[in-house]
Amino acid sequence: MTAKERILSRIRTAAVPREDYFRTETPVQPASIDLFCERVADYRAIVHRVSQDEVSATLNRICEGRRCLVAADFEFVIEGAIADAGFTHAELVDFETTITSCAVGIAESGTIVLDAGQGQGRRAITLIPDHHVCIIRADQVVSSLEEGLERVMVTRPLTFISGPSATSDIELVRVEGVHGPRKLEVLVVKA
Amino acid sequence: MSGGGIRPATSFTSAARETLKNRTLRANLGFATRTICAKRERVVDEIEDWQATRSAGAALKDHALANLEENLLLLEKQVEAAGGTVHWAATAQEAVEIVAKIARSHRISEVVKVKSITSDEIELNDSLKKQGIEAIETDLAELICQLADDSPSHILVPAIHKNREEIRQLFATKLGVEIESSEPHRLAEVARLHLREKFLTAKMAVSGANFAVASTGSIGIVESEGNGRMCLTLPDILVTIMGIEKVLPEWSDVATLMRLLPRSSTAERMNPYTSVWTGVTPGDGPQEFHLILLDNGRTNVLDDPVGRQTLRCIRCSACLNVCPVYQRVGGHAYGSVYPGPIGAILTPQLLAMADENANTLPFASSMCGACYEACPVKINIPEVLAYLRGKTHKQPVELAAFQVAYWVMSDSRRFSAALRGKRIGASVASMFGLVKGWTDSREMPEVPAESFRDWWRKRDR
Ligand code: SF4
Repeated sequence: MTAKERILSRIRTAAVPREDYFRTETPVQPASIDLFCERVADYRAIVHRVSQDEVSATLNRICEGRRCLVAADFEFVIEGAIADAGFTHAELVDFETTITSCAVGIAESGTIVLDAGQGQGRRAITLIPDHHVCIIRADQVVSSLEEGLERVMVTRPLTFISGPSATSDIELVRVEGVHGPRKLEVLVVKA
Repeated sequence: MSGGGIRPATSFTSAARETLKNRTLRANLGFATRTICAKRERVVDEIEDWQATRSAGAALKDHALANLEENLLLLEKQVEAAGGTVHWAATAQEAVEIVAKIARSHRISEVVKVKSITSDEIELNDSLKKQGIEAIETDLAELICQLADDSPSHILVPAIHKNREEIRQLFATKLGVEIESSEPHRLAEVARLHLREKFLTAKMAVSGANFAVASTGSIGIVESEGNGRMCLTLPDILVTIMGIEKVLPEWSDVATLMRLLPRSSTAERMNPYTSVWTGVTPGDGPQEFHLILLDNGRTNVLDDPVGRQTLRCIRCSACLNVCPVYQRVGGHAYGSVYPGPIGAILTPQLLAMADENANTLPFASSMCGACYEACPVKINIPEVLAYLRGKTHKQPVELAAFQVAYWVMSDSRRFSAALRGKRIGASVASMFGLVKGWTDSREMPEVPAESFRDWWRKRDR
């Protein structure tokens, strides 16, 4: 018998009784942008609330003097930012900042989710540079985790981000920034 | 050794006698567990109906386990459809062999690892080492334990038994870097630089999994530091070892899990990073993915109608933090990678109740019930403990005593009545008194006016 057959036959022998199981529908609720911003900031990420017209200027200000990377299909123009041309991991080390959009924001937990969609690029570009700037439109913010999960393309690589990288491994003292970006800024664009 | 395994070298009593001598450990652990518990209360209170959320978590896991065969087969199909390879391992040895074979076929002698208790359970690091393959731990605490040649003492903060100065010295000698201060920021920076080079050059990563979704073939890892993202993104090859009980049927089920896990674990609303991937994605991340589905005794647990609830466990470590026994003796006393209340029920069952030392673990409890209250998936740990005690003792009179104890603890009303010192409590207590080994080392106390749990709580405030 193969390992697979052995395991499956043991599961069958256990004959765990089945009971009815119902998933409760979570009602779609209007998301609170205030709550989202508050909870993102709680993780010590920097939150900017801007209007559509202010996006480019804000991004240019954040990126001034830094070596900046954006996904190839990023929708905003930033002076001097370099579009991802399939750089090697070693080449990515030379970038200080990456700017991306995201798929959805979840107010309940202050989480942004990247799903490799428009303007987000591959995972390595938001991981290696030490500073991640993420843009989210107000209409991309949902209230609950359930709604958030519905909005992403699940079979693409997903990264749920709730604040900058952190550890409490040494005497339970929180240290921001171990391996992931040590600085996270979120631009929330008003509707 | 940082490998671990699940076979205790001695009985719980003799291991605990040793660890109780370590005062630093006890002080650190007391501080850590109290801090986490206090923080946890705040984020739990935020949830409108925490009890309903716990019940939903328990029902979800029970449902997933009742349909385990279908879920695993669907998961296999979906992972393979997305370009991954699925392996089945009935034992620890089989799992290790699969990992080693993959490494050998690519001539790889060094792999980076994401913290995974499952890999510690199968003693992956030590076994790979024997085959000339070095496994490098990348989680800060696991790295500390690995460099110190020490085993983790807590699921969530494995190096809680070490203080900053010990860590500074360890890094200075083992990594050969001058470190002027023992500030945690500085120490984290040292680890960052040391590991960055490993991440950028590693060809293969090994991880565990917090969940898998059968309907989509997706795997998820929950972490804080970003070492997980590094391992899951940068190497060419990724091997994930997952206990078969981790599979969930649907993608939407992940919401229930993620509402419970970070709050119960790190006492956060959400952990900094959760990565989810499905097979292989061209141009993004590892281009070769292997999923190893591990049994290693889990089907023993599944086969027992009372013990099976143990498989709901999402490894959050909330039961450790609230446990008065764990707070005193520390993780090492349990002699297994699974410490605390969950370890006391999981370890002996994984070993099919056939390991004498592991069979002493169900006695490592004051039966206060705090673990049950804390558990986000409502595992009735006291019930399982009492039940397992009955299974380890063969003498008829002892068996009868434990059966009564189990009868009391399996019903919450009977249990709290007993704890409040009503008559039934007295009779159970005297039943315990019948058991040799229990009375050898302690006096059987009067049933107190106040339950131990109430007293412990007040005392901690
Ligand atoms: S038994 Fe419950 S509380 Fe303990 S680690 Fe598992 S899920 Fe968490």
